[in-house]
Parts: sequence; C-alpha cells; structure tokens
Amino acid sequence: MSPTTTPRTLLSTALGIALLAFMLFPVYWMVNVSLQGGSTAASSTFFPTDITLDGYRTAIQDQTGNLLTSIVVALGAVVVSLAVATPAAYALSRFRLRGMGIFLFALLLAQMIPGIVIANSLYTLFNDLGLLNSYPGLILANATHGIPFAILIMSAFMRSIPPALTEAARVDGASHFRAFWSIIVPVSKNSLITAGLFCFLFAWSDFMFGLTLTTGADIKPVTLGIYDYLQGNVQSWGPVMATAVLSSVPAIVLLVLAQRYIAAGALGGAVK
Amino acid sequence: MTTTLAAGPRGAAAPPSSPPPTRRRARRRELTAQWLFLVPAIAYVLIFFGYPIVKNLVMGFQDYSVRTFVTGEAPWVGLANYAEVVSSGIFRTTVVNTALFTLGSIAGQFVIGLLFALFFKRRFPLNNVLRSLLLLPWLLPMIAGSAVWRWILDQDGGILNETLQGIGLIDDPIRWLTSPDIALVAVILVNVWVGIPFNMTLLYSGLQNIPDELYEAGALDGATGWKAFCYITWPNLRSVVNVVLVLGVIYTLKVLDIILGLTGGGPANATQTLATDSYRRSFQEFSFGTGAAVSNVLIVVSLVFAVVYLRANRRAEEE
Repeated sequence: MSPTTTPRTLLSTALGIALLAFMLFPVYWMVNVSLQGGSTAASSTFFPTDITLDGYRTAIQDQTGNLLTSIVVALGAVVVSLAVATPAAYALSRFRLRGMGIFLFALLLAQMIPGIVIANSLYTLFNDLGLLNSYPGLILANATHGIPFAILIMSAFMRSIPPALTEAARVDGASHFRAFWSIIVPVSKNSLITAGLFCFLFAWSDFMFGLTLTTGADIKPVTLGIYDYLQGNVQSWGPVMATAVLSSVPAIVLLVLAQRYIAAGALGGAVK
Repeated sequence: MTTTLAAGPRGAAAPPSSPPPTRRRARRRELTAQWLFLVPAIAYVLIFFGYPIVKNLVMGFQDYSVRTFVTGEAPWVGLANYAEVVSSGIFRTTVVNTALFTLGSIAGQFVIGLLFALFFKRRFPLNNVLRSLLLLPWLLPMIAGSAVWRWILDQDGGILNETLQGIGLIDDPIRWLTSPDIALVAVILVNVWVGIPFNMTLLYSGLQNIPDELYEAGALDGATGWKAFCYITWPNLRSVVNVVLVLGVIYTLKVLDIILGLTGGGPANATQTLATDSYRRSFQEFSFGTGAAVSNVLIVVSLVFAVVYLRANRRAEEE
C-alpha cells in the first residue's frame, strides 16, 4: 500500500511537511513560549534557548484545581453521553417505531443550535434548580456537545451489524436489553470508543457552559482559567502558554494514540 | 416487520379485526420494551435542546432581567425587546460583522481546505501521518488557540509583526487586534486556521470517492490538470461541497470562544457578532430578554441553513 519512493514523491513529502509546519506553527509557538518562563520580556525568542519551567510552575499553581474540574466534567460528560446515546443508537438502528424519523430529524437540528441559545435558557433553569456552579450541572450541559453526534455515529455503525446476530439470541429467549448489552455493545466497541473520545474532547474544550454556568472560582474548567488570563493585560505569556499547552495535552495524546478513532469520528460527524 | 410475518399464519384463524387480548398485550409489551431504549435520549433532547429553544422564544417577549431572578416576575413586553435590539446602533454592526465573519471564514477555510485535500490526494510517503496531524488545530480547545494567536498577533512583541518588520514588508507594527479596521480580518484569519482541517478532511474523503476510471477516461480525451478538475473533480464533488459549505456556515455562526478570547468583541464593537452580542446582553448586562431576542435571530438564520444542509445532505446520499 505504501507508495513507491521516487524523487517526485519525496518532493511531495517535503511539501507536505512544509504545509504541516506552517499550519502547526501556532502550536510550536505555544510550546516554545511556555518554556521561556515568566519573564516580562517584551517578545519571545524563536527557540527556547534558556529553557525554564517557571511558566509551568505558575500554571500548575494557578490551574491545578481547574484542570481537575475539567477532567471530572469531561469524564462525567462521557459517561452521561454514552449511557443516553448507546441504547438510543441501538433502537434507531434496529426498531421501526412510529415517530423515530422525527426524533432523528430533531437530532440533526439539535447539532446546529447555537450554544448561546442553550446557555441563555439553561442559566435560568439551573438557577431555579440550584445547578449553577455544580458538577452535575456542568456535566449535563456538556453532554449536549456530544449526545447527538454520538447517537448518529453509533447508530450508523450498528446498522451494519447483521440482524441475525441478535435474532438468534432473541429466539433463545433473551430480552432486548440482554441482546443489546451482551451482543451489540461488545460488537460495537470501536464505535463506542470513537463516540466516547469525541464526547471527552468536546466537553474538555467547552468554553460556553464554563463561561455561563459557573460564576465563582470554586468550580471552573481550565478553558475559563485561560480566559481569565486573557481578560487582563497579559504581563507574562509563559504561564498563559503553559496552561494552553496543558489544556491541549488530551487532544495531542488522543491524536497520536487513537488516530484511527479520531479519523473515523472526524468523518462520521458530518456526513453521518 | 418480523412481528407481522410471525403473526401471519397463526393469526389467519382468528378474526383479523380483534386479535386475542394476550397477543395484543404481548405486542404492547414488545413496543414498550423498544421505546424504553429511546426514553433517556428523548427526555434529554427535550430538556436540553427543546426546552431551551422554547424558553428562548418566550424570553424574547419578556422583560427578563436581574429583577426577575429576585422577584421571579418577568413581565410581558410584546415586541419591545426586538424593537430595542433593532433600533440600537449596534444591531446593524453585528449583522454586518456576522455576515463578513462568516463569508470570510468560509471562503478562506474552503479554498485552502480544498487545495490541501487536492494535494493530499497524491500518493507519497508519510501522507497519512501528515494528514492526521493536520487535524490538530481543530481538536485543540479553541480558547487555547485564541490565547496563542493573541500573543502571535500582539502589536508590540508579537512574532507576526516582528517577522513582517524583519523582512521589511512593513515599517510600522500593524495593530492586528486593536485597530477597528483590522481586528475583524485578524479574527477571520484565526477562524480560518481552526476550520481548515475540518474542510480538508471532508473534501478529501469526497475526492477519494471519485472513481479513478473517470480520470483515466478523461485523460484519454485530453482532460488533465485544470481541465480534469473542471470537468471531472468539481462536478463529482459538488454534493460534498454543498454539505461542507453549509456546515461551515452553521458552525461559524456559533463561534464565541475565538472572538471573546482574541478581542472580546472590540475594539469599538468591530468584532461583535450576533453570538457575542447575545452573550454580552444576557451575561454581562443581565438583560436576558434582549439577549434572547438576538439569539432568536441567530436561531432563525441557523435554521434556514440547517434546512439547506438537510436537503444538500440527502442529495449527497442519493448520489
């Protein structure tokens, strides 16, 4: 499968690397500046010649709590999203129920509703329910980023599972739930992983709900920690960039370790 | 379908109008079991998508402000919120900014994304690795991207101005984020950077679906290079292009993090869009009524494009 190496293809590779370097320059800059510490120098040098971890020290001091909040919220959103989406995906792929078309249509539309619309209304609802500044509130709200996507991508996969697989179990007297739990879920593992990874990334990157549904310093995701830095006149970019790097770690790790799941999700999300 | 088939031979004996009660009960139990799989998702969608839309529409007609949170009263004001929004000087600015931001972002993302997709259609070593690493700008938290761009675009110490001055392209530093004339361009630039990977990925998969035989046949007729693009690639890519463009519009209309992180909507509202203005009214001025009115405008615009998307998508699937 790997293409032959000729001067022509090597030239393409070189051009490809140049394009990548150009596109990822901001990421390089983020890492570079994060290693130049907390100095108040007016500008950053092109390479981190004097590597210091001062930026990270300040960032960890300021942001450890926020990073933990982000982790809890993102993992919680994954659990809620998969718990809600997996059975629904199964139903959409297997059953013929009246009204399911409307539900599918609603899911497609739901993905397109601007987040600020949801935030506006959830703020007043959460205020009444006492869910502002709470983990359950943030987790439930963040699941909106992933649930429609997860249902669509998993039901597309489950449709490709031969019906005979569950029918055999049903004939033997297994309930729908048993067939779902002990056959469909294990067989669909890969699509569950893809959906789960994206639900994690969506919730981890969330800015909207962190901004609108938390007001104090107690529960604050790291994206808001970055925003707080940007609010003032930034004196020293080391800690800001160190925080940005820390907040980018999940995306970078997943892109390297779970490349095929990410590639599957990137496509599945848009074209179903 | 299986139930009707199974009921066929045995059901023939009983009168078709009234099946025995046990069978009806079994069928009802079966239906209930099936619906149970959907109940959590339906409940979630109703609460977290349905309710917000309805509530937002209602709030648009109410004087919903700080006082509401204390007294619980939100008096009806008819169209007063909309009148206030439309007559405020900022409305025209936000509509124009939203249109320019969307058009500029989409044009940039799409053209560059398409060029990248065409480039990666070639076969060369490391193609797959490079292409997936290109997804990174799209996967990073947008606010982290805004943070680094804020420093890159900084007027005095930013690397962009330093580089441009260093190679003699400009004499004085450009006020990327602080000049009302330039800030919108800078914000668009960053949003293009974020959107390229998404456009490239979808267009690349669209290109992969065009059969090689078409190009081979075209080459026999002398269609190569630019001609092949015009007569083979573009017509066959049209349905994917439609989907990519409409999704791009819908996603760009929502953008909040990039603008708030880079400029906060300033300077002098030069980068204020419908989305950021709705946020400003609701969460900075606590005027939820007018904030809802602005986001209702946003809903209508998004829905129009959503309908366009669904039609484009259906056409893409039919082909």
